[in-house]
Amino acid sequence: MSAQTGGAAARPRIWNDPFWRGLMLQGALLAAVVALTWFVAGNAVDNMHKRNIPTDFAFWSNPASFDISQTLIPYSATSPNSQVFWVGLLNTLLVAALGVILATLLGFAAGAARLSASWLVARLAGFYIEGVRNVPLLLQIIFWYNVVLAALPDPRGAVALGGVVFLTKRGLFLAAPVARPGFSAVWIALGVGMAATFAFRAFAARRQRETGMSAPVGAVAAALIVAFPLIVYVAAGQPLDFDIPKLRGFNFVGGMKLSPEFAALLFALTLYTGAFIAEIVRSGILAVAKGQSEAAAALGLRPAQTRKLIVMPQAMRVIVPPLINQYLNLTKNSTLAVAIGYPDLFNVFAGTTLNNTGAAVQIVFMTMAVYLIISLVTSGVMNAYNARMSPRER
Amino acid sequence: MPHFAVLLAAAALIGAASAASAGPTLDQIKKRGILVCGSNPGIAGFALPDDKGLWSGFDIDFCRAIAATIFNDPTKVRFVPLSAKDRFTALQSGEIDVLSRNTTWTQSREVGQGFEFGPVTYYDGQGFMVRRKLNVSSALELSGATICVQQGTTTELNLADFFRSHEMKYDPVVFATADEAIKNYDSGRCDAFTTDMSQLYSERTKLGNPEDHVILPDIVSKEPLGPVVRQGDDQWFNLVKWTHYAMTNAEELGVASKNVDDKLKDPNPEIKRLLGSEGNFGDGLGLTADWAYRIIKLVGNYGEVFDRNLGEGSKLKIKRGANALWTKNGLQYSPPIR
Repeated sequence: MSAQTGGAAARPRIWNDPFWRGLMLQGALLAAVVALTWFVAGNAVDNMHKRNIPTDFAFWSNPASFDISQTLIPYSATSPNSQVFWVGLLNTLLVAALGVILATLLGFAAGAARLSASWLVARLAGFYIEGVRNVPLLLQIIFWYNVVLAALPDPRGAVALGGVVFLTKRGLFLAAPVARPGFSAVWIALGVGMAATFAFRAFAARRQRETGMSAPVGAVAAALIVAFPLIVYVAAGQPLDFDIPKLRGFNFVGGMKLSPEFAALLFALTLYTGAFIAEIVRSGILAVAKGQSEAAAALGLRPAQTRKLIVMPQAMRVIVPPLINQYLNLTKNSTLAVAIGYPDLFNVFAGTTLNNTGAAVQIVFMTMAVYLIISLVTSGVMNAYNARMSPRER
Repeated sequence: MPHFAVLLAAAALIGAASAASAGPTLDQIKKRGILVCGSNPGIAGFALPDDKGLWSGFDIDFCRAIAATIFNDPTKVRFVPLSAKDRFTALQSGEIDVLSRNTTWTQSREVGQGFEFGPVTYYDGQGFMVRRKLNVSSALELSGATICVQQGTTTELNLADFFRSHEMKYDPVVFATADEAIKNYDSGRCDAFTTDMSQLYSERTKLGNPEDHVILPDIVSKEPLGPVVRQGDDQWFNLVKWTHYAMTNAEELGVASKNVDDKLKDPNPEIKRLLGSEGNFGDGLGLTADWAYRIIKLVGNYGEVFDRNLGEGSKLKIKRGANALWTKNGLQYSPPIR
């Protein structure tokens, strides 16, 4: 110990000690944030009381008294406002989940196509990507809704495809499958097929590690997952009926219905986000050094194997982080549903319920919290996927 | 950006210092030099801006009457066009002084949301419009129909009530604005369009061929329309109420914008009190003695305003019906000025 630091006098004052000073500053900042939040919340509640605006959550259990056109769970005008919340949330999740899946498929296809050696395919993909991603999304939603779908005929002049699909401006009506009692055997067959596929994949992977021999995993999987349940279905006497929509009165009755609002929103979100994903995919593939493919070719891997085993695992590292952004954008952009009257959370809950109950502050905060949670969960899942799937660097 | 208004309102509720909200509305308006009035973004007869941005209509004239009585100048109004969905938040947050936007008076809006509804300026009821070629003659034949409706209105709620009470099924297609709802009805997305009767007549004029559409005779609800203010400022509420009463009293007494100067010499004590030549009835309202004279002179009496915007003097040709004076078998009845 040197002489300078010895003795109590040389010990710094508490506000000169970096550790304690940092702690004090952070504590002061935290106190300020809490005080500000307290002040803002108190002020809001105070102002709302003065104006006789409800500040509680009594509206949550009051009857909603209005109808919603698309409900995935039981709902009627006598249901409470809480049910409006769940109906809206499920409608949002439905369009967001389908949109994410379809946009991913479309985006990967278009991104790969843009890099295709075929001049025509590459140009077509480029045309789609540049055309779609440079036009505002709201305009595209309105285009699909008011220009394309509104041009379809009335129910009485519906375009019938094979007698089971009917295209009208009231929506797309499909024959709905109705299972007869014996149908559960098909589900069981499907489950068995999937389990067997997993087992076979694990076996094939181990055998390849040990002996180098590869197995036709794709063909076996197709046989187990598709052919096997199909055989069971036929053997059980085809236990499935179809509820075919029929024109009765004003509209088609029965079957499944896809509303034009839903279709337009899904189309527009898929096409728009797919164009962005395509560019992300292209950048990811181009980010893998050319030497990697050349080395794979030198080792005797076929082009398809090179793509699957060498290029894509490395490209995914570049693709996934911006891909998360696109998923979040798609979910948040689904609130544009309000422009065409698709009953998503924002439209029915932060729209009609807010208006009917006057509980603006509570409902706006709840709705914001929901989108925040959806976004955090999506990005959490995708980050975990990325961490798991990234090839380990050595 | 309609949703911006909601956020703005939420922000205003959170941020406004608590002391500011108690100030009397009239003082603020006088200091500001202009009345801020929430209006419909566009509905023929009730509120519609022309190509120069000048607003006219039945609900517009009510705001002009308030401006006339405060400033002796009916042009000192700024109109804030609001969708049905955003109108209450705009009023709650103090963005507007008064909402004059064919708004239905209901118990929950008044008691539950902190508003006061003024007198009923227009007695309305909800109806349905369908295409003539459907050969529908009553709303009771609409089971299974797809119906276009505007979001955030009593119309949306009455529609649910009507079909529920008659145990009929329907598909609602709900749009944020009346314009979108009527446009999608016109394009064939819906079999029927529903709103207040007065609006059905007004919206029908916007359709490609108005003659192809019929308005069904059934009236399925009570829609008392009138101005709305925030609770907590009784003086301002009184001023809004008595603006309407002055206009109906004037019609009852035969005082109109054309003859109001002659009527100043009329010996009838009721007219003398109305026009302020006897007593000072404007004082308690924070106004001058000629408060009602200004309204009649600059905007007109109730009958004149109705006729010019909705009745025989307009394209809509709506009959007075329930909106005639009580002396003519209508419902417009005003307390006396004395």
